[in-house]
Amino acid sequence: MTAFLNQCFSGLAMGGIFAILALSLVMIFQATALLNFAQGEMAMASTYLAWQLIQHGVPYWLAFVLTVILSFAAGVLIERLIIRRFASAPVLTVVIVFIALVFIIDSMVGWIFGYQLQEFPSPFPEHNWFNNPLVSSHQSGILLVTLVVMSVVWAFFRFTTLGLAMRAAAQNPASSRLVGIKVGWMLALGWGLAAAIGAIAGMMAAPIVYLDPSMMSSLLLYGFAGAVLGGINNPWGAVLGGLLVGVSVNLVGAYLVGTQLQLAVALTMIIGILLVRPSGLFGHTIVTRV
Amino acid sequence: MSAIAGIKPQAASVPQRKFGRAPAFAAALIAGILLAFNASGYHLFQYAQVLIYMIALIGLNLLTGFNGSISLGHGAFFAIGGYGAAILMAHLGVAWWLTLPIMAFICFGAGFGFGMPALRLEGLYLALATFALAITMPGILNYKHFDAYTGGTSGLQVDKPKVPLHLPLNQDQWLFLCCLAAAMLMLFIAQNLVASRVGRAMVALRDHPIAAQTMGVNSAMVKATCFGVAALYAGVAGALDAALVGFVAPDSYSVFLSLSLLVGMVVGGLGSLWGMLAGAIFIEFVPNLADSFSDMFGESAKALPWAVYGVFLIAILLLAPHGIAGAVQRVVAFVRGLMAKASPNLTPELPAISAGNQPAEQNHRTTQGS
Repeated sequence: MTAFLNQCFSGLAMGGIFAILALSLVMIFQATALLNFAQGEMAMASTYLAWQLIQHGVPYWLAFVLTVILSFAAGVLIERLIIRRFASAPVLTVVIVFIALVFIIDSMVGWIFGYQLQEFPSPFPEHNWFNNPLVSSHQSGILLVTLVVMSVVWAFFRFTTLGLAMRAAAQNPASSRLVGIKVGWMLALGWGLAAAIGAIAGMMAAPIVYLDPSMMSSLLLYGFAGAVLGGINNPWGAVLGGLLVGVSVNLVGAYLVGTQLQLAVALTMIIGILLVRPSGLFGHTIVTRV
Repeated sequence: MSAIAGIKPQAASVPQRKFGRAPAFAAALIAGILLAFNASGYHLFQYAQVLIYMIALIGLNLLTGFNGSISLGHGAFFAIGGYGAAILMAHLGVAWWLTLPIMAFICFGAGFGFGMPALRLEGLYLALATFALAITMPGILNYKHFDAYTGGTSGLQVDKPKVPLHLPLNQDQWLFLCCLAAAMLMLFIAQNLVASRVGRAMVALRDHPIAAQTMGVNSAMVKATCFGVAALYAGVAGALDAALVGFVAPDSYSVFLSLSLLVGMVVGGLGSLWGMLAGAIFIEFVPNLADSFSDMFGESAKALPWAVYGVFLIAILLLAPHGIAGAVQRVVAFVRGLMAKASPNLTPELPAISAGNQPAEQNHRTTQGS
């Protein structure tokens, strides 16, 4: 039973990472109706940045905040410099641009930092909190961070004018422009937010999976699975989806098919959900006018 | 969702020139044979690899360039072809050339099976499903309960094909010529497919799915068949690759294989079958720049070709959306235009050629269907 609960909690912790990643995917999907295939690489680059800062002796939480801010700026820059040019291009073109970004970020990071595995520190204490036998402090820390990120994002969209403007720009660009919202900048902000949230996912994942340029590729797949399960246009759905994916993949991996096929479980989940209920558990169906 | 409206596949629009293609094939064959007797062994190996990539790219282009579906997981079918052929050769003693039709058949089935449900998904979601397939593939090949067949992480060794009938060729020349024959045959089949009824249905579904369905095109069937054919091409390429390299391992079929196939297709030119030769040359030789890069910038710069890939991709999408083939077509049209100006009474059929000039603008005018 303890083993089972252990599996559940470690699944839940990984699920927290998937949830944050899914949330960042939803940010971009809501603003631009695109799935960002480069999200994983962006998060990986941010994590390397944090690692570099910590190596230079910056305290963890300061490095954390700096990384989030710099990632935000980088996300805005990517939108402004590259994605913008393909705003009205067909889906295929945009997907290829994302793949190009994957290549560029991956190889630049490899060039600058090399391909060795690096250890990444966890900000949470080594001993389990309250001496509980089930959850390590990093695992519960991840869940805590997930909750904080979720609440901050929710509060931002619910209570700030900027958040309202971003929601408006995503829902109805034409009318938003008429009331004076700078829709182009809202998209750039969406990218910045996604990059910042992705950076948090990367920093939470790195102590578990170690830091290397390909660390995010499989995590991104789970993130996609979470986003699709919860509904790609619903942030809360995506968070819940990420947690569900974490637990179910971990349990299925541990008790049914073995850890090697965990990715295949995610693949099956993605295809299954897209076929049975493309809008996910909590998403709303998009109706297209012909 | 017309993903790449505006690209006119030539073969489909000019069926009356069915025999006009013979010179191009003859030239390619002669060039290939000359190459076979003049290049060194290692170079021939590389050229054979180019032809193998070309086969896979033609398949991918049938799917993306002509049918408008995005696949980020073409490498997965390449892997099935490679592993299937290796298992047939190593465990069942099947002759290597026999593995090609067998793997073609199996991969068609696999592609059709995966395509039937997956193609109900449009655009981005299909990209996502195929991307997931590409990421998952190495793990499946690695799966420990398949170790007896696949050799696990260490992969599977097969004997390279020997030169038959005491032909006066060495092994590299023989393999290269086999790849050349296979590539030309597959290209020929693709051209005929595109010019056929199914080909027109494919293009119609890409350009205007609703109109095509109204005209009686069975969308699901045609799309799944197209996905199957694309997988078939990848499978044949994978099987040839296994025979050429004599070795398969999970690492050779990572997600980057799928992605570089995508790069090759875009660089070569969406909707151009001969252009895939240019795309294949690009993905075979650009990674070789790795060594010169690491000389210049140090050891870790080995990864830089991937950055070159990325920059090239974005530059091509911005400057020449139809890849190398489109650029060549443009130059040809330009030269013909100059010649027409010089001698106005010659009146060449310009409209047919100038199709290559338009799509750049059309491309941007089409908006996403969502």
